[in-house]
Amino acid sequence: MSRFKVEVRVTPRPGLLDPQGKAVQHALDSLGYEGVDSVRVGKLLVLELEADDAAAARARTEEMCRKLLANPVTEDFLIEVSELAPVEAE
Amino acid sequence: MRIAVITFPGSNCDHDCYRALKLLDGVEPEFRWHRDTDLGGVDAVLLPGGFSYGDYLRAGAIARFSPIMEAVKAFALDGGPVVGICNGFQVLCESGLLPGALLRNESLRFQSYPVHIRVETTATPFTSHYRKGQVLRIPIAHGEGNYHAPPEVLAELEGDDRIVFRYCTPDAGLAPEANPNGSAHHIAGIVNEARNVLGMMPHPERAVEELLGSTDGLGLFQSLVNHLSAGATP
Repeated sequence: MSRFKVEVRVTPRPGLLDPQGKAVQHALDSLGYEGVDSVRVGKLLVLELEADDAAAARARTEEMCRKLLANPVTEDFLIEVSELAPVEAE
Repeated sequence: MRIAVITFPGSNCDHDCYRALKLLDGVEPEFRWHRDTDLGGVDAVLLPGGFSYGDYLRAGAIARFSPIMEAVKAFALDGGPVVGICNGFQVLCESGLLPGALLRNESLRFQSYPVHIRVETTATPFTSHYRKGQVLRIPIAHGEGNYHAPPEVLAELEGDDRIVFRYCTPDAGLAPEANPNGSAHHIAGIVNEARNVLGMMPHPERAVEELLGSTDGLGLFQSLVNHLSAGATP
C-alpha cells in the first residue's frame, strides 16, 4: 500500500454556459486585460488516500467522481495521481 | 392523509411547507429528519427548499446521499407522489429521480421575487386543480435554478408532456425577460416519466394565503390531496 495525493479537476462541460467564467472574463476585460477569449471556472479537489498502486488510486477516484464529485450532466473531471510515500507494513 | 416534509441540515422552507399543508382539510403533515431511514407509511413526500448541507460541492449533491433519501427513492420508484421545491428540485435531479441539472442563474444573481408561471399540463397528481394555460403568480428565491439538460432529454420532456410549469409573462407569453434564470425552454418545473415525481423552482408554499400576496400555490397542494383521496394509493 502507498499513500497518494489525488487531484481532481472538475470543470463545466465545453459548450455549457458558464456565467461565473463570463463574469470573470468581463472583470478582466474591464481591468484592461485585452484578448482573453474565454474563462471557465471549475474547482479543484485534493484528496489523500491509500491504495495498492497509482492505477488503483485512479480507479477509486474515478468511481468517486461518477458518484459524487462531478455531475455527469454538466461537468467533466480530470484526475492526476502522485505518490506521497509507501505505507509502512505493520 | 399523512404527508412527510423532509428536513435536511440547512433546509429553511420545511416549516413553510408544513404550514401550507396544514391549511388543507384532512392533511396531517409530519417532519422527517435526514437521518431517518423510514418514511413511516406516509402517502406523499415533500422535499423543501433551503441550502441542504450548505450547498457544498453542488446544490443537492450531498443531501442525495442522506439516509432518508434511500427511503424517498424507494417510495418514488414505487409510484408514491414526491414534490421537490427549489433545493428539493436540485436534490431530485442530483439523485437521478429527475433528469437534468440546475445551474447557476444566467444573471449570476440570487433572484427573489414573485414570477409568473404557466401551467403546461394538468395530467399530473400535482396540477389537476389548475387549468392548462393558467398563469400563476408564485415567488422564486434561488441562485441556481437555471434548468439544463441535453437536447435529447429536452425533446423527450417536450414530447411526453412532462414540462409542468414554464416561466412566462403575466399574459402567458414566453418573452426572454420572463425567464428569471436562463432555464432551457423556460422550464420552471418537470415530472418524471411515471409522472409521480415533480420538481419545481418556484415556491408554491409561499403563495397560500392572501397575506402572502397570492394564493396561487394552494392549487398544487389541493391537487395532491384530491389525488390521494381519489384512492390512487401510492
